[in-house]
Amino acid sequence: MASMFEEFEIHSLSAPLFTLGGHPVAFTNSTLFMLLAIVASTCLMVVAMRPQALVPGRWQMVAETFYNMIASMVESTAGEKAKPFFPLIFSIFIFILFCNLLGLIPGSLAVTSHIVINFAIAIGLFLIIIIAGFVNQGWHFLQIFAPPGVPVPILLFLVPIELFSFLVRPFSLSVRLFANMLAGHILLGVFAGMTISLLAAGWFLKPLGVLPLVANIAITGFEFFVAFLQAYIYAILAAVYLRDAVESH
Amino acid sequence: MEGSVKYLGAGIAMIGALGAGIGLGLIFSAWISAIARNPAAEAKFRLTGYLGFAVTELVMLMCFVIAMMIMNAK
Repeated sequence: MASMFEEFEIHSLSAPLFTLGGHPVAFTNSTLFMLLAIVASTCLMVVAMRPQALVPGRWQMVAETFYNMIASMVESTAGEKAKPFFPLIFSIFIFILFCNLLGLIPGSLAVTSHIVINFAIAIGLFLIIIIAGFVNQGWHFLQIFAPPGVPVPILLFLVPIELFSFLVRPFSLSVRLFANMLAGHILLGVFAGMTISLLAAGWFLKPLGVLPLVANIAITGFEFFVAFLQAYIYAILAAVYLRDAVESH
Repeated sequence: MEGSVKYLGAGIAMIGALGAGIGLGLIFSAWISAIARNPAAEAKFRLTGYLGFAVTELVMLMCFVIAMMIMNAK
């Protein structure tokens, strides 16, 4: 009997290529799907914009919609000074979107349902924000923990709380995406199991097997929406955290 | 009784999703009221609405993660 987590397992697809700190590094199915996500998104953006027509055709409309959505969101959330960071936010958005969507193909691995990948992106973003904050504002960057004009007794409580909520940011970003993708795929698996159980039961239960199948179709539609929404939420929160780095209070 | 207490633990851990459910209801009720008062400015509420939804949903997902961790303990 396969465990419920079998669809999330990482298998090596090749022999170990090299060793990093005692751990063999091979080409896994996780690597394959991340590569597919990058290739698909690059193809979309490059090939769709090739006509460069003033009145966009269908694919150009898709690429321009993605660009405009993220560009207007970054500008309205993080301000004018965050424009140099737009490629970072856009890359994060497109990568997470395509990884989420590719995970919905039956038999594929949802790359973002592993916390390590989300955490790597979140930690990278977090370090960029800290470095950009110190480069842009110098020591004034620490004012996000101690806003000016706060009396000292309140500061004693405020600074640890603010520090903790700042340090929790990469964890909350990564866990949000990870748990959404994990829960979605487990839900799909549960209803699929129900369909199979009902179809394997007695003759009077077999017609009922269509109900979990219909629910599965509806949940798959919902999972497409969640894939898009979670990628967008990741981008929005990245822009909100970026505002702390580029705007001085 | 055969079995382990971890199923009970996972069940108790999911009680925390109650708070997230109430919070989501509050978020969407405020969102609907805002759209109802000013339908022309709907695009302005969209960003904050989705952001509030995701941040509140995180509470429920944290409960789910703890429940999964409990279920997978030895």
